[in-house]
Amino acid sequence: MHWNSFGEFLAMGSHGLYVWGSVVVMAVLMLAEPMLLVHGRKTLVARLKRQLRAEQQEAGANRSPSHHSHNAPRNTPQE
Amino acid sequence: MTDRVINWFKYASPQTFYPLAGKLIPWFWALAALFGIAGLAIGFLIAPTDAQQGEGYRIIFLHVPASWMSMFIYLVMAFWAGIGLAFNIRLSGMMASALAPTGALFAFLSLWTGALWGKPMWGTWWVWDARLTSELILLFLYIGFIALQAAIDDPRRADKAGAILALVGVVNIPIIYFSVKWWNTLHQGASVSLTKAPSMAAMMLWGMLLCALACWMYSIAIALMRVRTIMLERERHTDWVRELLDEKG
Repeated sequence: MHWNSFGEFLAMGSHGLYVWGSVVVMAVLMLAEPMLLVHGRKTLVARLKRQLRAEQQEAGANRSPSHHSHNAPRNTPQE
Repeated sequence: MTDRVINWFKYASPQTFYPLAGKLIPWFWALAALFGIAGLAIGFLIAPTDAQQGEGYRIIFLHVPASWMSMFIYLVMAFWAGIGLAFNIRLSGMMASALAPTGALFAFLSLWTGALWGKPMWGTWWVWDARLTSELILLFLYIGFIALQAAIDDPRRADKAGAILALVGVVNIPIIYFSVKWWNTLHQGASVSLTKAPSMAAMMLWGMLLCALACWMYSIAIALMRVRTIMLERERHTDWVRELLDEKG
């Protein structure tokens, strides 16, 4: 261990502001980037799922011939 | 031989690459944390004081890895962009796009930590000399690449336009690297004042190399994460993405 006390470690030989200013900014940005990515990915997946579900519902609605035929036995092939 | 060729093409398809990348990401994060903790422990707790710069030199453990990564990521980005341009492989363009923001981040961090190092050592935050100016141009190249791609709606055309910008910008990398040799500059030379007693030189070097390795692993993990998001977005109309979204419920 190079340091005699925690205070000495923080002071960095009177260069504390510059050293810790570098460390803090680098740490914050390198933590923020993956967090933003995870958040962006979740938002994207949610959006794509919504779109997919909307498309599937639309396709399902198109498949039934009319509003009255809901109870009629289905003979249209389900792909 | 044939098998190998087929394998490469197999992994060049987003459908195969997506799950593979997903499996690799945690490993790269673990390695990044491991190397990062080791490098910072050596750099900030064990490495001795620098004879000339006192304790302020410890910024080196952040500044040099960030600067190396900013240059190296640009080369990798330009490589993928060039491959994409030449062979029209979807994955290449996506990789280039995935690397740009992280390259920009490291270019910014290089300038930031450099300014904070310059103030106590040179008495100024910034000078318009060759090394600093060319690194600033690197940051602008990254931002230009990202902005250009964002401005073009069709991803394939965005890839092509971005690739040309990235390839032209490669000329800046040797300029940054050799600037301290070619011009008179305030910035110190490439050797990291390792000409002192071997033991302390070794500790400084180890700290720096481990921090650089951590930044490497971080960059790979981040690039894989981002490329997966880009894949989902761009391939959202394909069957494999639809199946994936269905599976996730």
